[in-house]
Amino acid sequence: MNIHEYQAKKLLAKYGVPIPKGGIAHSATEAIYQASELGGNKWIVKAQLHSGARGKAGGVKLCNSHQEIADFCDNLLGNKLVTQQTGPEGKMVSSIYVEEASDIAKELYFSIVLDRATQKVTLIASTEGGVDIEKVAEETPEKISKIMIDPAVGMQLFQARQLAFTLNLPNEVVSATSRAVMKCYRAFRDTDANLLEINPLILTTDNKVMAIDAKMTFDKNALYRRPEILEFRDKTQEDSLETNAAEHDLNYVGLEGNIGCLINGAGLAMATMDMIQHAGGEPANFLDIGGGASAERVATSIELVLSDDSVEAILINIFAGINRCDWVAQGIVDLMNKRDIDIPLVVRLSGTNVEKGQKILKDSGKKIITANTLSDAAYKVVSAWKKAKRGKT
Amino acid sequence: MSIFIDEKTPVLVQGITGRIGSFHTKEMIDYGTNIVAGVTPGKGGASHLGRPIFNTVEEAVLATGAEASIVFVPPAYAADGIMEAAESNIKFCVSITDGIPTHDMIRVKRYINSAPKEKCMVLTGPNCAGTISPGKSLLGIMPGHIYKQGNVGLIGRSGTLGYEAASQMKELGIGISTSVGIGGDPINGSSFLEILKYFENDDETEAVMIIGEIGGPQEAEVAEYFQKHMNKPMAAYIAGLTAPPGRLMGHAGAIVSTSGESAAEKIVILKDAGIMVAPTPSDMGKTVEALLSSR
Repeated sequence: MNIHEYQAKKLLAKYGVPIPKGGIAHSATEAIYQASELGGNKWIVKAQLHSGARGKAGGVKLCNSHQEIADFCDNLLGNKLVTQQTGPEGKMVSSIYVEEASDIAKELYFSIVLDRATQKVTLIASTEGGVDIEKVAEETPEKISKIMIDPAVGMQLFQARQLAFTLNLPNEVVSATSRAVMKCYRAFRDTDANLLEINPLILTTDNKVMAIDAKMTFDKNALYRRPEILEFRDKTQEDSLETNAAEHDLNYVGLEGNIGCLINGAGLAMATMDMIQHAGGEPANFLDIGGGASAERVATSIELVLSDDSVEAILINIFAGINRCDWVAQGIVDLMNKRDIDIPLVVRLSGTNVEKGQKILKDSGKKIITANTLSDAAYKVVSAWKKAKRGKT
Repeated sequence: MSIFIDEKTPVLVQGITGRIGSFHTKEMIDYGTNIVAGVTPGKGGASHLGRPIFNTVEEAVLATGAEASIVFVPPAYAADGIMEAAESNIKFCVSITDGIPTHDMIRVKRYINSAPKEKCMVLTGPNCAGTISPGKSLLGIMPGHIYKQGNVGLIGRSGTLGYEAASQMKELGIGISTSVGIGGDPINGSSFLEILKYFENDDETEAVMIIGEIGGPQEAEVAEYFQKHMNKPMAAYIAGLTAPPGRLMGHAGAIVSTSGESAAEKIVILKDAGIMVAPTPSDMGKTVEALLSSR
């Protein structure tokens, strides 16, 4: 689960990580109020949306007057902002974070990740802050330091110190930096985070270390024990189809193509998408309906796929283990008795009770194209989709 | 014997009295798995599906000599159950549970690996379909009848994509020595590489196929090991060519977050190492057939 920058900062501040003073606003008036509360004559205003690369997209601005803040808010609030990470549809900006501007002497990079190779929590720091860290890792790997944490004892202060010393900081701030690093680690550990990234972490001209940006993501499997994190959830930042699917305990990811698909199992779902592309089509979505799918669940899943307007054909591919092909077939037929499906529908069933399932489809008399193998199914759906498209034009 | 389990291996089921545990225990018994006990805290002394129930794994192991365990415990308690198995001298453990918090799994791995190396429990999963040595023993939730007994080792993340491979192979008359599901989570009990080493040393296995997907460094580890140390031929399939970067594709571990983690990159790495890669998921069986006939 993702959260906003201002929420991550609030969380980090609770653990004692130094951050600039700031306040959240939902209107231009509120933003100006926050700026007056902060005082001074320059402020950083930042659009809050679940995306990085906001600066390049015009979502972050240094403002020198209340009027500038008001203009910024009027431009962004209530509109969608498109960044390199949001996709072409962009994401809604419904709040603006107003922050005191800091005098930056040096920009650093700091993050905590779950490293899949070592299977340990890993801290990463670099003297090259405020830039794309993947690029730094590729071009100048010597500028990146890593520390692995032993899960049995957790992070030790000497490790934080080691990391702080690699950042070429003045000696008098090393101790404050190590303490900030320790506090970040605690915040990460205590909240079941997957990622904490501070880019940049800055050294101010008066020798203070501060988190200027903050990104945190959390393990959705651990949210049951982190109610305080769950409160940060902002559904306006999520794709409504995906949220709707998640509420039915379905795994859905919207894609750019026209062939909707519905599969049991994440690996088979990805493989089926690949097969559709190989056959000359493009998948409209990833959808894993999981194991033990009842007839109702299958019907709900088809409705979900159909609610995407760009879907022009559907492929259902089920390899039943815990599932039963007859339940799946019944779900398809039940739905078709309730509503018309006026786009081509290809169904491939395999595994447990396959004969029963195929018989239900056949006896229904509905317009269902059946397929026996994965490749047969993919080619059939692509050809039916092309034919239907030609018929329309 | 085949790697990890055979028809004699005494197996206990953690969470045997739950709805899912109970259903699959019956299926495993029907397949011929030697289920000797179940563990459900608080129900010790009772019996279920004709098997004695114990309160703790330790008691069950002492009373029945169980060597392998399958864990059907809900996500919040699954890590605890796996560590209990490790502490009680279980040698091979399958964790089916989907949704175990990642931080819990990091602790589980540390706990298991704190034992002396020769005594470390082998954990497969979580979030997997289990392990089967066809014709001998099934420790999982897969439909046993789609696997033909034979000499190809299979390792995969996804359950149903593994079924697809097994049935394509059966269709072509190709059998499997053991099929191991390592699961779709970011932290696996065992990696592709760790299981691959068992197959390399297994007399009953002549060739190995891995079924990977986007995310993580494990396929690259396999490529390096294959090139440097392996004598048996290998095939692979990688799912997710059409998966967009930065998006989680169902499995908690299926996300391209850094370079080298996309399907296209993994395919190049595996091919460069000399591993035969199936071009599409419907070619998995044919690729193994070509691999076997090219020896």
